[in-house]
Amino acid sequence: MDYIIQLIVSFFATAGIAIIFNVPRKVLLYCVFVGVIGWMIYFVLTEHGMDIVNASFYSSFVIAIVAHLYARRFKMPMIIFIVGGIIPLVPGGMAYNAMRNVVEDDYLQGLQYGLKAFLITGAIVMGLVFAEVFMQLIFRSVRTSKATFRKVYKK
Amino acid sequence: MVLHEADNEFTLDCLLLAGRIMIESGAETYRVEDTMLRMAHSQNMLDAQCYATPTGIIFSLGKTQPTRIVSISNRITDLQKIALVNSVSRRLTSHMITLEEAYDELKSIQKTNYFLPTYIQVLAAALASGFFLIMFKGGWSDFPVAFLAGGVGFLVLVMINYLTKVKFFSEFTASLAIGYIAVFAVKCGYGVELDKIIISSVMPLVPGLLITNAVRDLMAGHFISGMAKGVEAFLTAFAIGAAIAVTLSF
Repeated sequence: MDYIIQLIVSFFATAGIAIIFNVPRKVLLYCVFVGVIGWMIYFVLTEHGMDIVNASFYSSFVIAIVAHLYARRFKMPMIIFIVGGIIPLVPGGMAYNAMRNVVEDDYLQGLQYGLKAFLITGAIVMGLVFAEVFMQLIFRSVRTSKATFRKVYKK
Repeated sequence: MVLHEADNEFTLDCLLLAGRIMIESGAETYRVEDTMLRMAHSQNMLDAQCYATPTGIIFSLGKTQPTRIVSISNRITDLQKIALVNSVSRRLTSHMITLEEAYDELKSIQKTNYFLPTYIQVLAAALASGFFLIMFKGGWSDFPVAFLAGGVGFLVLVMINYLTKVKFFSEFTASLAIGYIAVFAVKCGYGVELDKIIISSVMPLVPGLLITNAVRDLMAGHFISGMAKGVEAFLTAFAIGAAIAVTLSF
């Protein structure tokens, strides 16, 4: 039941974000779809006891792969499809806790939360970059294998 | 192929316009450079050189050709414009349209405002804030407060942006409004969890896309652009954090 509520809620939340950043109307639904997938992966992984940093990494990895496929299909920049997925993963809670602890003169605890927020940001970005490189390698190998196939076929 | 001086100037105008719209709409710098060079190659300018940063573009058509600079002062995030410029450049490079048609299209893209009306955007921000609260495991009883705070925060952001054009100040004020609404709501008994209300209402202002872009630029080897965007994202985050700190210590 919890999963179904999260599914519906993340749909509307990412739709709102997509409207604010003015995603083209034609692909709005696909952008929201990427966001829902990313959030569900993150939610399921954290519910099963995985660390937030790892969960963010896997989630953004999948987001970037799906976004890449959509970008190829619609011939649009990949950034359009990433928005909906990335914004919910941003470590707003950690940054807030860091700020709150600093205000309350507990600098050590604040530093701890701040570093965690930094790590999560790094994990999200690493997920994106890894996925991009991964997809490039796959598409390159597909292209070269097609080319060799054509050569062999002609002979 | 011999080209006349005037033709080159026109090509340069067209390319710089495309680059300018893309950077002003918040595209990654490496993508801007790539798009401009592709467009130049389609016009037989094979040794064109481009250097783009978030604050300006330097573009040269070749060794003996003219070079020009465009400086850019304000950037927002408008993904629709990026998509439109991208499609113009794709059609130009596949020779489906001529350079003149591309220039006319780019001009009209630059002039048009593709954003939805403000009240829809505010509504979207309010809804997103409310639903983010549920995503971060808040209770449904706090939904109205987060909805109100997120909507008012975004409205303040748009209004102050319109008045002053100083981005960090408008973000600071918007977060200040969010923080005060949340604190008062909790004090008057309309909200329960202050932390979750503030976190979810701030979500529409968070520079998530900016950070992503910054690191993707860094990874593509554009260190200056990456650092510049990273600093912009940090300043935005700092403005939000400082405003929330002010309301919390109140």
